[in-house]
Amino acid sequence: MGRAGSASRQPSVKVTGLTKSFGARLTLKSLDFQVETGESLAILGPNGAGKTTLLKILASIMEPTRGKIYIDGLDLKRDAEHTRRRIGIVTHNTFLYGNLTAWENLDFYARLYEVPDTKQRIEEMAAMVGMTQRLHHRIATFSRGMQQRISIARALLHKPSIMLLDEAETGLDQQATAMLWEAMKGEGSEKRTVIMTTHNLERSLKATDRFIILDKGNIVHQGSTRDLDLQALERTYHTSTGSEP
Amino acid sequence: MSFWRKVYAITRKDVLAELRTKETVSAVLVFTLLVIVIFNFAFGTQRDIIEKVASGMLWVTFAFAGVLSLNRAFVMEKEEGCLEGLMVAPVPREVIYVGKMLSSLIFMFLVEAIALPIFAFLFNLNVLTWQNVAVVLLATTGFVAVGTLFSALAVNTKAREMVLPILFFPIVSPVIIFAVQGSDLALSGAPWGSLFSVMQFLIIFDVIFLVISYLIFSFVVEE
Repeated sequence: MGRAGSASRQPSVKVTGLTKSFGARLTLKSLDFQVETGESLAILGPNGAGKTTLLKILASIMEPTRGKIYIDGLDLKRDAEHTRRRIGIVTHNTFLYGNLTAWENLDFYARLYEVPDTKQRIEEMAAMVGMTQRLHHRIATFSRGMQQRISIARALLHKPSIMLLDEAETGLDQQATAMLWEAMKGEGSEKRTVIMTTHNLERSLKATDRFIILDKGNIVHQGSTRDLDLQALERTYHTSTGSEP
Repeated sequence: MSFWRKVYAITRKDVLAELRTKETVSAVLVFTLLVIVIFNFAFGTQRDIIEKVASGMLWVTFAFAGVLSLNRAFVMEKEEGCLEGLMVAPVPREVIYVGKMLSSLIFMFLVEAIALPIFAFLFNLNVLTWQNVAVVLLATTGFVAVGTLFSALAVNTKAREMVLPILFFPIVSPVIIFAVQGSDLALSGAPWGSLFSVMQFLIIFDVIFLVISYLIFSFVVEE
């Protein structure tokens, strides 16, 4: 993935004082961070650290209890429709309807995102994920990996500038994983901003510019992946989270 | 226009999926026909009893068939996290509500369009009068308007088949009560004038349920 963009541009994603509680339980505790345009950020942490909750809030699936999120300078809550248009998301759930064909699924999402030249764009995306031949087959007849490929096509359909990946590699074979990371680079001269959650430290080292380690809803460490090797990252991770190596 | 285009996309998607599987309409239709046939066996040819209980039979059938249908409305959205897919899209939450409500309404109207002639045939009752059809259309709209909201609420619970009727029936009971009264008047051949107050109440409940459900839907679907 590419390195961070120019510091003079406003951040792609800016999070200030982000807090989320479920009843009395605080899942995220006043988080502050920002991601520059074209930068890729890995969110690491043990199970229950709050990674998925954070990603769901960034995707506007969940409301934060307190705090602000700005997407390219726009308030995520106030300008919900405009900001959501800039976001694509791939999770372990595909967001696809099993009883519809791949084409019908992509066409449905294209209508929601008001994608111009729908037919051409769907064909482009299907070719990119290597699913052109199966475009008119039902999703329910696909393997998990094939469904995930269509899910990647769905997420990129509207040319988002920000990609959120939550354990996105689940079910993908090596070829599809390589395709996913190739797609994350962006289209044309535009570099995508990528925020991913993962347990795979090696992947985060290869694919991202920076990392944040979350533990019990707090950012316990953040830094650049540039000068780190896997061993150093593992050491940092285990020291920060107090987990066993 | 964008609002209605997106509503259409959601309704079209639901109808397309239903045309593939026929899961909701066939299950609801079988249930509806079963109830009508059981009532037919129970009351046989006792004309005076049938005339007294006909509107009750009709709405017992439609109310339970409606719950069965509404129970399934958000199941598809729950599989593979599709509801989250809708929520991430640049679509106001209200679009999701209206789109889902319209598809449920189409399924219910379809079931009723098949059930009413069968009801008329088995009980030899004229349930296909304009008056009764108007009562059915208005009551079903109110029923589905609030039912879609509760369906979205219940789908996140483990025992949704049980939770939906428990939450939903106390709220929707005014619509069912007026629907029974309206159908009773319509079946007895009453003119439009005597149905006026019932229709008025059904329209008021429709508007109230539609507006409230529309306004609070986003709070129901957001975690």
